[in-house]
Amino acid sequence: MVNLKLSEDKINQIKEICKSFNNEKGELINVLHKTQTMYGYLPAEVQEVIARELNVSTAHVYGVVTFYSFFTMIPKGEFPISICMGTACYVRGAEKVLDEFKRELKIAVGETSKDGKFSLSCLRCVGACGLAPVVLVGEKVYGRVSPDGVKDIIAEYKQ
Amino acid sequence: MEMIKLTIDNKIVEVEKGTTVLKAARKVGIDIPTLCYFELGDMKIENKPGGCRVCVVEIEGRKNLAPACATEAMEGMVVDTHNIRVLNARRTVVELMISDHPYDCLICSKSGNCELQTMAQKFGIREIPYQGEKSTYRVDTSPSIIRDVDKCIMCRRCEMMCNDVQTVGALSAVNRGFTAVVAPAFEMNLEKSPCTYCGQCVSVCPTGALTEVDHTRNIISALADKTKTVIVQTAPAVRAALGEEFGMEYGTLVTGKMAAALRRLGFKYVFDTDFAADLTIMEEGTELLGRLGKHLAGDKDVKLPILTSCCPGWVNFFEHNFSDMLDIPSTAKSPQQMFGAIAKTYFADKIGVNRKDMVVVSIMPCLAKKYECQRDEFKVDGNPDVDFSLSTRELAHFIKQANIDFLNLPDEDFDHPMGESTGAGVIFGNTGGVIEAACRTAYEIHTGKKLEKVEFNQLRGMDGIRSATIDFNGLPLNIGIAHGLGNARKLLEDVRDGKSNFHAIEIMACPGGCIGGGGQPYHHGDSSILKKRAAAIYQEDAGKPIRKSHENPDIIKLYEEFLGTPCGEKSHHLLHTHYFDKSNEVFIQE
Repeated sequence: MVNLKLSEDKINQIKEICKSFNNEKGELINVLHKTQTMYGYLPAEVQEVIARELNVSTAHVYGVVTFYSFFTMIPKGEFPISICMGTACYVRGAEKVLDEFKRELKIAVGETSKDGKFSLSCLRCVGACGLAPVVLVGEKVYGRVSPDGVKDIIAEYKQ
Repeated sequence: MEMIKLTIDNKIVEVEKGTTVLKAARKVGIDIPTLCYFELGDMKIENKPGGCRVCVVEIEGRKNLAPACATEAMEGMVVDTHNIRVLNARRTVVELMISDHPYDCLICSKSGNCELQTMAQKFGIREIPYQGEKSTYRVDTSPSIIRDVDKCIMCRRCEMMCNDVQTVGALSAVNRGFTAVVAPAFEMNLEKSPCTYCGQCVSVCPTGALTEVDHTRNIISALADKTKTVIVQTAPAVRAALGEEFGMEYGTLVTGKMAAALRRLGFKYVFDTDFAADLTIMEEGTELLGRLGKHLAGDKDVKLPILTSCCPGWVNFFEHNFSDMLDIPSTAKSPQQMFGAIAKTYFADKIGVNRKDMVVVSIMPCLAKKYECQRDEFKVDGNPDVDFSLSTRELAHFIKQANIDFLNLPDEDFDHPMGESTGAGVIFGNTGGVIEAACRTAYEIHTGKKLEKVEFNQLRGMDGIRSATIDFNGLPLNIGIAHGLGNARKLLEDVRDGKSNFHAIEIMACPGGCIGGGGQPYHHGDSSILKKRAAAIYQEDAGKPIRKSHENPDIIKLYEEFLGTPCGEKSHHLLHTHYFDKSNEVFIQE
């Protein structure tokens, strides 16, 4: 339904994902989940391909994507930063850490910096409460982060 | 069937197992107000998301009130539909809805027909105790339909119509919580979605969130312009429904009063789209026989079935969804466009008016016609064959605006030559009507015999998909009929998969055909109204002295004086069209 800008490879990968769920309409959420895990986000073109493969309307796919806060249409940064907002991290000042990241990167939660390097999100408990407050950059875990340490973390990835 | 008994407002009710509390109550004449709930029983269309909570009732033994539309009646259930707790809850629900609704009832086009307004009146709501944030969203205007979702109450009826009934898939609920709206994919404008402009979303919208683009002012301006010759055509289904807007019985034919009203509004010539419907039959019927003949002679290049192409919603639908099959619909233009093409050539010459000084207005039961008349291929040097298309509802408003006492108008005739029509032209308004009209003419041309009985009852009815075999003097002609685009999709997918053996298929986008069109007076879910309109159309046909298109004297004259032969060179140029692949016409915003 769309003038696709996706590469043939990418389209085939998405088709494979759909196929792994038997192209079933009812598996839409699973398909979106898997696709987002692979690409980091769900741009319009990707939703178009999924709609066609599962034989549902694009409007419906978009409806599901916009309903669940887990799904995003904004590409994640090269280094996705997640701040734990679980109870332990929260009481130990995670919010102040988050505010510092927002100020340093000049972006809000769910957004990506202009240079595409960093994106910001919140998560609930990574199971390392002893290290609270916890910040993840990609897969790497930073423990006992204070607002003062935010600048250093960002600097590590700036080059 | 297992029956169960329950008590509603101290009345014992016996219903089939599986019936909802709402239907059980209605069975014994107990009215429970509904808002998001919508039903067109005969069409098997039902919307019961249980979202608005206006229909809540108290059920003994349950802590919370239950929505009657979505709660199954159970053996021994005791229901109270109007105690103080229930009435207070309903009132609060409506108050909350209005608290996030514009207060522009005075100038809202839906005023008087708005179900939210009716509900507010019913509950005697005189003030809104809640102050809070209000939804603000851009107004989206397309060639046919306006979306003003600030007036949306999230009843999801349009979504049900667009997806479940029509399978168009243009609309979906998007986002969540307070920011939730019904919108096309990526919140693009309707114009960039696969919307067919069938208008069924408008016909079920309880508020003013979905309405038609009103062209009445343009027409008033044209009528006031002394340099313009303004002529009007009226589609068959309009005469069977217009009276409803003036309080007349459902199914009252107002053909004569309508012609009289249009003349009083200032139209110089009052013509009938039925004339163009007869012309359509001449062209489409000839095309059908031509394709059939070649096919029977073994020509593999000729594709069958032939699909009717009168319905612009349907044309949009196949351009979007069946773009691999663009060679099977008839190339005949719709009656609206045939009328325009003949009016601005043959008739304009006859009365010595330049096409630029002629304004052709159509009165249609349809919203897709507004889009159709704006299509580029129906323009000559930028001048459209049909300038404006008004819906039945808009015409009714226009008549009221002009202070015409519609009920006391005399019956008047259409003008000549483009007002002369046959019964075959009239039945275009009903599902099955176009193909019946085509059969009346094609049979006589093909067999050379006179039809003993012009009615083809096997083609009539309200089932969504129908089929019949007509004996063309030894040649069995297989005919398929679908109304509602979801049904059309099923028929067409069978054709695509090579699973059907139809020679001809008639499709109308709206449930019931044009009588149930998106531009007709609101039926508010009463399908008996559609049946009465359909009966009125057949009644008009039965009363016509001529009932076969090829016997229309003015059509015969038109071919003699101007067109030559059906599907001839001139016809081809003026009365036939081509279709576009729109499957790639959905653009993604950056």
